[in-house]
Amino acid sequence: MNKLIALTGDQAAAEAMRQIEPDVVAAYPITPQTEIAMNFSQFVADGRVKTEIIPVESEHSAMSACVGAAAAGARAMTATSANGLALMWEIVYIAASTRLPIVMPTVNRALSAPINIHCDHSDTMGARDSGWLQVYCENAQEVYESIIAAVKIAEHKDIQLPIMVCQDGFITSHAVEGLEIFDDKKVKEFIGEYKSRFSLLDIERPITVGPLDLQDYYFEHKRQQSEAMKNALTIIPGVLGEFNKEFKRNYGLFEAYRLDDAEIALVVMSSTAGTAKVVVDNLRAEGIKAGLLRPRFFRPFPKEEIAKQLFGLKAVSILDRSESFSTQGGPLFIDIRSALYELDNKPLMNNHIFGLGGRDIGIEEIESVFRDLIKAVKDNKLETKVNYLGVR
Amino acid sequence: MANLKELSRVIPERLSSGHRLCAGCGASIAARQILMGTENPVVVGCSTGCLEVATTIYPYTAWEVPFIHNAFENVAATISGVETAYRALKKQGKIKKDIKFVAFGGDGGTYDIGIQSLSGALERGHNFVYVCYDNEAYMNTGIQRSGATPYGASTTTAPAGKASFGKSQFRKDLTAIVAAHNIPYVAQASISNWNDLVTKSQKAFSVNGPAFLNVLAPCPRGWRFPSEKVVEVSKLAVETGFWPLYEIEDGKWKLSYKPKQIRPLADWLYLQGRFKHLKKEENKKAVEELQANVDKRWKELLIKCEEAGK
Repeated sequence: MNKLIALTGDQAAAEAMRQIEPDVVAAYPITPQTEIAMNFSQFVADGRVKTEIIPVESEHSAMSACVGAAAAGARAMTATSANGLALMWEIVYIAASTRLPIVMPTVNRALSAPINIHCDHSDTMGARDSGWLQVYCENAQEVYESIIAAVKIAEHKDIQLPIMVCQDGFITSHAVEGLEIFDDKKVKEFIGEYKSRFSLLDIERPITVGPLDLQDYYFEHKRQQSEAMKNALTIIPGVLGEFNKEFKRNYGLFEAYRLDDAEIALVVMSSTAGTAKVVVDNLRAEGIKAGLLRPRFFRPFPKEEIAKQLFGLKAVSILDRSESFSTQGGPLFIDIRSALYELDNKPLMNNHIFGLGGRDIGIEEIESVFRDLIKAVKDNKLETKVNYLGVR
Repeated sequence: MANLKELSRVIPERLSSGHRLCAGCGASIAARQILMGTENPVVVGCSTGCLEVATTIYPYTAWEVPFIHNAFENVAATISGVETAYRALKKQGKIKKDIKFVAFGGDGGTYDIGIQSLSGALERGHNFVYVCYDNEAYMNTGIQRSGATPYGASTTTAPAGKASFGKSQFRKDLTAIVAAHNIPYVAQASISNWNDLVTKSQKAFSVNGPAFLNVLAPCPRGWRFPSEKVVEVSKLAVETGFWPLYEIEDGKWKLSYKPKQIRPLADWLYLQGRFKHLKKEENKKAVEELQANVDKRWKELLIKCEEAGK
């Protein structure tokens, strides 16, 4: 029986971790992630999990210890935000290149400077080329469920890549929601016992992890890593299918909301999609054919599916909660525009950067983006440019 | 203790020949002697540095035991993760054997960039041995100064020149810094005194909790001396009092070896090209200052070890 309880997004993440019961958790506190580490530490202190916790002295060491633990054949997890992720940076790459299936709940927060503790996606978007899988969640329920699914995805023998399960700092991490929690036993059965193919603790079969890799092999290893990311694109829907069947859910690589017959649409990730859905419903009530595409997985990037979803639309605006400083728009916009390049019948398109440093975004602002799209369709003209939504 | 030949019969070779370290490298001698300190299975962690780079050139490895390299500054944190995974899996009954853990870092990866990770791991009390193979500079990147480089040494980033006599700071006392963490076992050793080093390694592996060994491991290339003189150079560092051998067991300092007569530092200095500029008249003062520093530190050590006046 599923249980209904009120939890914050951080508590939801900790609850998933309790049910997964990883062998090792190494974590360092950082707002707004801290509540994950705090809640999980309490589970350990209360003897509710058998996990060994490493209260490291920095995020750099948190990721380093996870690499050690995962290479030793343990199921390893950590959690972080913003500057914590930035401090892990070097080892974030090493975790992916060493093909270690570490699961990391990540609470999105703006990167310094200036220092700001509130939500935007500049932290994880910065890590988009690190070789990690990334899933962005709309609410606490999805955070909870995605962390459970993430274990099975990361550990899949043809993927073997670490994964960030992202949620919006404070907006999701600190707001209380009614949450449906699965049976502990069912979660354990779904993820199964972890059996790593290689382990440093397998004394009879010694391995060397992290060797020097020169001109004669490094390139091939990078290519293999790229293949693993491609594999992930085809394997994740299957794993999510198992999850959906087991827990009666409907997760995919992305969510299409009222998109089937839509003429105009927004593309946006994480919690903002919830607000945008309200706007879509309001516009639909006016008879305007509005829709929404919410990519869940940003890495791997489901290029073909996204192109298919946006094909035939008249105008689309992509909303980015981070800057790329390329002067060509945010990272989501750049990837989507590239995905649509080969289409003959491209929708009119523009980009809006919004919500940096936790700047609130409301129904009116999102509606204004749609109104611009309506006008663009009428004029058959939309300047492909980068707009800043909600900035003074 | 058994002699080296006997020891090598009891303990199978863990770092095999065929690695690509330079002839006369102190690091490989240190690693092999330390790995004789336990008969248990052992997992080796290594920071980025000569020892790691030259022993693991893919697709080859010189390690006969499980080995992990992660990055330059984090071998202590990495081995923390490995050791914690071991405890977790042992508690669950998934592992039965008693396994030991050792982390090797050079002086760059230990005195400098890795000191935070080391300090954190020591404070948390992981059951592992940390070995700093101290060759007193960043060697495989081209002999740059580190926090362990002695006063007056010429390195590529603290070179001697018309306006400089080489490094103008005294080295960091890492062994004392580690000792301040109040861990069960801390020692300073040299590859020249193998019996002392292997004994200290055995002690380090046998304590419950963190242990630290600071091992002088000269670098013929960086110190500029002929490869075959590696043991002689190490020995003179001990005999001149530059590198005293001692241990700190549960907070108690103990001198491991007292030279009958301390030799002048110059005997050690001028065997090495990195100090040859100190022979110049205008640099004589630097030698005096270095000698005075060594004398002072030796006296302080005798007091700590309750050997003063003996």
